Amino acid sequence: MRQDLLPLVIAAIVAWLVIGTLGLARPRHLPFISRVLFPAGSAVALALAIVALFAMSSPPQAMVLPLGLPDLPFHLRLDSLSAFFLLLLGAAATAITLFSAGYFRSGEGTPPGLVCFQYHGFLAAMAMVLIADDAYAFMVAWESMALASFFLVTAEHRIPEIRRAGFLYLLIAHIGAIAILLCFGVLQGGSGDYTFTSMRAQILDGAWPSIAFFLALFGFGAKAGLLPLHIWLPEAHPAAPSPVSALMSAVMLKTAIYGLLRVTFDLLHGQLWWWGVAALALGLATALFGVIFAAVQTDMKRLLAYSSIENIGIIVAGIGLTILFKAYDKTLLAAVALTAVLYHCLNHAFFKSLLFLATGSVLHATHERSLGKLGGLIHRMPWVAWLALVGTLAIAGLPPLNGFVSEWLLLQAFLFTPTLPQSFVNMLVPVAAAALVLAAALAAYVMVKFYGVIFLGRPREANLAYATDAGKPERVALIWLAAGCVVLGLFPVNVIALLDPVNTLLLGSSQGDTIARNWLMLAPINAERSSYSPLILLLVIVAVVLLTMQVVHRYYHGRVRIAPPWDCGFPAQTARMQDTAEGFGQPIRQVFETFFRIERHLPSPFDEKPSYFAKADDHFWYWLYVPIIRSADFLGRVVGKIQQGRISVYLTYSFFTLLVLLLLVR
Amino acid sequence: MTTTLPLFAQLINLFAAILLLLSFAMLAQRRVLSLIDLFAAQGLALATSTVIVAYATKQPHLYFSAALTLILKVILLPWILHRLIRKLDVKWDVEQLINIPTTMLVGIVLVVFAFNLASPISQLASTVTRATLGIAMACVMLSFLMMITRRKAIPQVIGFLSMENGLFFAATSATYGMPMVVELGIALDVLVGMLILGVFFFQIREQFDSLDLQHLEKLKESE
Amino acid sequence: MSATGLLSQLLQLAIALALAPLLVGWVNQCRAWLQNKSAPSLLLPYRTIRKLFLKDAVVASNASPLFRLMPYIVFGAMCCAAAIVPSLATDLPFAYAADAIALVGLFALARVFIALAAMDIGTSFGTMGARREMFVGFLAEPALLMVFFTASLISGSTSLPTIVDTLAHRELAIYPSLALAGVAFTMVSLAENARIPVDNPATHLELTMIHEAMVLEYSARHLALIEWASALKLFNYSCIGVALFVPFGIVVEGADWLAMLGAAPALIAKLVVGGFALALIETLSAKMRIFRAPEFLGTAFLLAVLAMLVTQLLGG
Repeated sequence: MRQDLLPLVIAAIVAWLVIGTLGLARPRHLPFISRVLFPAGSAVALALAIVALFAMSSPPQAMVLPLGLPDLPFHLRLDSLSAFFLLLLGAAATAITLFSAGYFRSGEGTPPGLVCFQYHGFLAAMAMVLIADDAYAFMVAWESMALASFFLVTAEHRIPEIRRAGFLYLLIAHIGAIAILLCFGVLQGGSGDYTFTSMRAQILDGAWPSIAFFLALFGFGAKAGLLPLHIWLPEAHPAAPSPVSALMSAVMLKTAIYGLLRVTFDLLHGQLWWWGVAALALGLATALFGVIFAAVQTDMKRLLAYSSIENIGIIVAGIGLTILFKAYDKTLLAAVALTAVLYHCLNHAFFKSLLFLATGSVLHATHERSLGKLGGLIHRMPWVAWLALVGTLAIAGLPPLNGFVSEWLLLQAFLFTPTLPQSFVNMLVPVAAAALVLAAALAAYVMVKFYGVIFLGRPREANLAYATDAGKPERVALIWLAAGCVVLGLFPVNVIALLDPVNTLLLGSSQGDTIARNWLMLAPINAERSSYSPLILLLVIVAVVLLTMQVVHRYYHGRVRIAPPWDCGFPAQTARMQDTAEGFGQPIRQVFETFFRIERHLPSPFDEKPSYFAKADDHFWYWLYVPIIRSADFLGRVVGKIQQGRISVYLTYSFFTLLVLLLLVR
Repeated sequence: MTTTLPLFAQLINLFAAILLLLSFAMLAQRRVLSLIDLFAAQGLALATSTVIVAYATKQPHLYFSAALTLILKVILLPWILHRLIRKLDVKWDVEQLINIPTTMLVGIVLVVFAFNLASPISQLASTVTRATLGIAMACVMLSFLMMITRRKAIPQVIGFLSMENGLFFAATSATYGMPMVVELGIALDVLVGMLILGVFFFQIREQFDSLDLQHLEKLKESE
Repeated sequence: MSATGLLSQLLQLAIALALAPLLVGWVNQCRAWLQNKSAPSLLLPYRTIRKLFLKDAVVASNASPLFRLMPYIVFGAMCCAAAIVPSLATDLPFAYAADAIALVGLFALARVFIALAAMDIGTSFGTMGARREMFVGFLAEPALLMVFFTASLISGSTSLPTIVDTLAHRELAIYPSLALAGVAFTMVSLAENARIPVDNPATHLELTMIHEAMVLEYSARHLALIEWASALKLFNYSCIGVALFVPFGIVVEGADWLAMLGAAPALIAKLVVGGFALALIETLSAKMRIFRAPEFLGTAFLLAVLAMLVTQLLGG
């Protein structure tokens, strides 16, 4: 019985805080920070991942720290669910922190030492969220996470757009936090004891469980980026420096998923089927929304931010499916769906951080964020390009990489649903599967656009010829993440064996049969039903490729002549004649026109300086947020009338308050 | 997963699927001439399925109603429509209020709705082919959608006629036919309706110089 | 995985590789007959491929290694797919490594690589072709998956051997949902194999081409492999259609050489009819404007969803 893993996790958190504080000692001394502190942080992350790996198969451990309020000290607990997300945090943070070692340079906004402090504070806060066992510790850690990430997002705070993005982010984070607080308030069920252990023992009745669930969905959804609270994601992720975007996208969104899973399956007792339908519908709407918007973006980081929205939508849809199965007591199928959800969380952490870090390298090398000014970087930055290719193929959901495995598992879970008793749900599920598949196909489209416009083709600007490849720490980080994608894709049965304790914890059933059967082949129910073996697939493709090369070169020849590209008779082909990002997204914009709010300015033949302008805006901003902002403004002005500025008026207020209080006391 | 139904029930299910396919295809059509051809094909499928029901349930009067359907819906009405089109000199593309992909998405939602609506009702029916009630309802709803989303007059008429097709199929498959009197009455109504509508089209064209039904809005009292 | 199983697998793959260009030749011959022209020889595709192998490859000066690697990867993916699709027998060992969803994933893999290689050179033709191909793919891939899901809802599995077994063993049961799925599948095949009405396989005009635009820069052995892979893709799609909708004659119990060779005439007969039907459809339709392609494919997608709903309703 291992009792030593939780103290190790706490030690890791403390280590991060120490590293962060050390960065404050000499804030502008870059070599110390980038050569010692960040690599140290990365090593701590790796250690945390290893500890979490062991903790996944161990029984839960709990501890009480004498911090916090007098009668509510910090309760901490390490069980399989926390351990899984700690593993995710550690594995992703290892690479991202190593990348940051080479990334943060002085001079732009916040000094590096301060960034180091905020960064490691962010990591520590996230780890704390994952092991918190009572509402108070959870909220403290949650708020610190939000604050630390706010400061990181506004690292280049001299630019007004970045400040605005940071403000929006903080605002929505707090709205979500209020909802989460209310949810905990409902969960404690009048007992006054805010520890999770007592919340587990509470049995709520009537409408309270549903209220708790929807508050949790709202609150955690605000942090995760679910519709309609997604509005901060496309602003904050591009505004932040790339390693921070990677960390936010890969890990912070998953802490929200962790919260949702914890509340729904651990703290609430039973689940109702219509919660599942609501979560499924919301998740699919989010997924389609995210990917459609990603298709029309012209800024590479905004594109990846919308893609994160899509993936979160898929994860929440999977959670909805799990709830649906669990509500009908089909725990084995619920385990399949939950495994798909967790697998996708892990996959997304790896390939999204890989892509964000790659854009970081591109940004550093070229100082360009807009897709219209990039191109042809595969020749100048081969390491980044080839590793980003792995990430692109993974996120597009292509076999034999990891994105395909989680998508496959989720589709298998969808195909089991005809066995549900309610016919309405049975009808709805083919439509839901269709929506999921559509989102996945669109994701492939978006990623081809992303990779093709940045790395392939010809450079659209002259100064791209001076781009240099990433440095050593960045390369190691990218290789780690790419290797993770490959391993997660080729050995799914082992990963599922790893994930299984979480199923047992949350649902009470496990996939033992699947794992015991065959390490080579993934077959969730049995091999006659469906099976997938990525390793064999890869080996066969590689074998055919090599064999073909050998045969062709032996029986024919391998001669090559280099010539200019085919220009069909047009002599002046420039790099500007390639597809732009807008051009590549034009078919999607045309088909899904009703989803966007398009502002277009087309040049006329009589313009002296013809220009083309197209902006695809989010309807939600104008339908939902602007009215709320306006009414908040209006209310503020109405209330502001109280402030008269004259001393006699204020004295009158105090006098009346005194009178009222005296009356009441009587 | 498949229960072995008798052969005729399987055939009825097949024709139900074909009917749904044709209704959906009519929703996605752009050209008026193909619309009429699809309507004729729908009539043919309907007639064939009525013959099958007649043979299996040994109700000779259904042969008569199948013949009626054949003459009316496959031969007479398409001929009238073709003549109408030639006289009005109309060969345009169908114009719609919302574009085709959105229309089809709404169609799918309606189909789900119709299937759900029909499942408790079909439990009450006593025939083997009661599951096709949902499909028949879906055909009716899709035709209604077609009527709503088309701007010109002829596709609206075809929508109305195919709605009647759906109801007829519901009657024959779920309840094995209606009394002959009802059948003849409906057939006569449809025929007379077509003739009257033909006259109306000429009048509309005279008045507005176009068969775009949005012009009919000019007839309302302006505030 | 026994030695006989492995050999049977290789036999199916070899037959697929050998017959694929013949199928393309047959479709071209039918088209010529229907258009009252004299047809080229049935073996012309083979001669074309051989001629291409003999030539020197001309590669653009700004091509990356991805460009030269792509034809091999696409060819490999198509061979893999040919090994999975049960054209002659269902009980092949490799079929358990990938199910229907993985098969669609393999097609998607090939499509993504072709699109990326098209964007590699950076000319307007290549990028336009890549954009159009991904656009056709984003609607066609879900439609194909939905067709497979219909079949898997009927047979209770996504594993291709089980699907074909169930569909082949039925006691003359007629599945109405398969009628809808069949229409959807035909539309998807036309789109994915670059046939009229979605794309003209014989054109080189930039306003109309999708498939040709992407392979414009390729020559010699690379082009030969791409042509062969396209032929294999058409063969695979035809075999999928045969396996799902007319699976009679496929060896379902065990798989040995003799039984598979005995199933080959049935397959060839079905492919002859299917090729003629394809040529008929191509001759009778006109090529659509590229803007109409999403409607066409959207109809196919929604028909396939409808097929799934009908399966739920009718139970078969």
